[in-house]
Amino acid sequence: MVTDMEARTQPKAHATMLGSAQPGAMPPGTGEEPAPPLKAESRRLSFHYGSFKALKDVSMPVHEHRVTALIGPSGCGKSTFLRCFNRMHDLYPGNRYDGQIVLHPDNTDLLAADVDPIEVRMRVSMVFQKPNPFPKSIYENVAYGLRVRGVRNKNLLDEKVEESLRGAALWDEVENRLNEVGSNLSGGQQQRLCIARALATDPEIMLFDEPTSALDPIATASIEELISELKKKVTILIVTHNMQQAARVSDFTAYMYLGELVEFDKTDTIFFKPRRKETEDYITGRFG
Amino acid sequence: MSAIAPSRTEVRRLIVRARRLDVLFVALGIVALGIGFATFVALFLDMLIDGWSRLRPEFFTQFPSRRAGQAGILSAWVGTLLVMIVTACVAVPLGVAAGIYLEEYAPKNWVTDLIEINITNLAGVPSIVYGLLALGLFVYAFGLGQSVQTAGLTLALLILPVVIVATREAIRSIPGMIREGAYAVGATRWQTVKDHIIPYSTPGILTGVIIGMSRAIGETAPIITIGALTFIAFLPPPPVTGDFPFLSFEWLSAPFTVMPIQMFNWTSRPDPAFHANAAAAGTILVFMTLAMNALAIWLRFRLRKNIKW
Repeated sequence: MVTDMEARTQPKAHATMLGSAQPGAMPPGTGEEPAPPLKAESRRLSFHYGSFKALKDVSMPVHEHRVTALIGPSGCGKSTFLRCFNRMHDLYPGNRYDGQIVLHPDNTDLLAADVDPIEVRMRVSMVFQKPNPFPKSIYENVAYGLRVRGVRNKNLLDEKVEESLRGAALWDEVENRLNEVGSNLSGGQQQRLCIARALATDPEIMLFDEPTSALDPIATASIEELISELKKKVTILIVTHNMQQAARVSDFTAYMYLGELVEFDKTDTIFFKPRRKETEDYITGRFG
Repeated sequence: MSAIAPSRTEVRRLIVRARRLDVLFVALGIVALGIGFATFVALFLDMLIDGWSRLRPEFFTQFPSRRAGQAGILSAWVGTLLVMIVTACVAVPLGVAAGIYLEEYAPKNWVTDLIEINITNLAGVPSIVYGLLALGLFVYAFGLGQSVQTAGLTLALLILPVVIVATREAIRSIPGMIREGAYAVGATRWQTVKDHIIPYSTPGILTGVIIGMSRAIGETAPIITIGALTFIAFLPPPPVTGDFPFLSFEWLSAPFTVMPIQMFNWTSRPDPAFHANAAAAGTILVFMTLAMNALAIWLRFRLRKNIKW
């Protein structure tokens, strides 16, 4: 659908990227500031679960230090798309990717056959729909990503655990009970623990798959606040079923439907001046 | 509308009728439970009463004897203990490794399906068949003798399917999102298995292992088939010695007997005094099994306390 992006295949200098990062069909002359540099982009990405084509030629930029929200009705492929960014689909048989997800600035194609999915997951971390802390201590939950990277130094681990828990706005609540089991925390705290775990390894991109769908409104607000804070350090891609949430936290929004990217633009534009009728129908609740 | 909706009295009659079925089922359930439980209690009490006179400390410290009053189960319980150690040492690593491989590594195709069906079927193969296999394989082909190690290996084969199935069940009860959480931070498969799958499935695996072991402890047929002795008046050489290297594995090749065989031997004697011995040994065997099951329940409770998803 965003066919205008397909022509652009080689990201060279940032200068050219800046201009072309905006989908070409955007109404010109709106006088907005230039888009921030690209952190990643999917290029004609298709994805198959066995014989079912779940994503169709999705091309979309991901801007650095910005929050990009993926919205759309259930089954539109937004989670499937998100899970391509850390090769989560590789865990299950019968899945196939076509196309590319290029990570900048080194231009690595995350989906290339010779790129190890484990290396991808070391650069791109993920927070899941339902809080999934390990049944281990709070400390071990956060330190796990570092442990699999071979960090043994106790001081470094302590330091990173504190830094990550602070980054996830959880430190003050758990400072004195780091050895307690993570699953004893409340739902919102568990989700922040999972964010700390995803943050501890200094990821370049963080993926959030409907991170608040299992949480109450207060916990949801704290997670949203946290996401806005986190984008200073890391690029964020978030799937949400909640349009208000997308409007609140994101800088860019992609509307997907039936495995296709219908429209991608600045969040304000998507919500107030969508170019496509389908997007407008979904946003205004006439459909979906 | 009122034609469809029943009147209040009709509703009450309906409820009464439906409740009657509830009561009927409860009664049926209690009867079914009672039959099972009463049978066990009757058998056990009968055995306990018969063997009560023999349940003295000396019974545990004396070798079998031609005189019923002096016969004990020393060689039998030591034999059972040693065989169980060998069984556990063989069945646990093999069974757990096989279970982990099948759940976490093996591709899902017709070959693994076939293996899965076979493992389930193996659990139902009569134990005497394992005895015959062991006689041909361990005793004759490998020359391991009619020894503790042969018995241990045989019983290990017997409970291997139980351990594999228990391991797989325990692994399957770990939510996929926990596994995904580990992979998402960049763990390899082995790191996920070592740091998550094994620790979280340990309670279930242990339960399976102990239930398998409590089955193995009472097995008689395969042990007789491989040629265990029924009358042994000596103990296998001790595993710890005074000389360097202080460890001895000679006990593995020693002849042995086990509790059920000792019982079998005593029941087949004409002198009723030996029957009391058999009843006493049977009581002890039942207690050993109950103790193992109790341990399984306790371990599961203890270890699961900290594992919540």
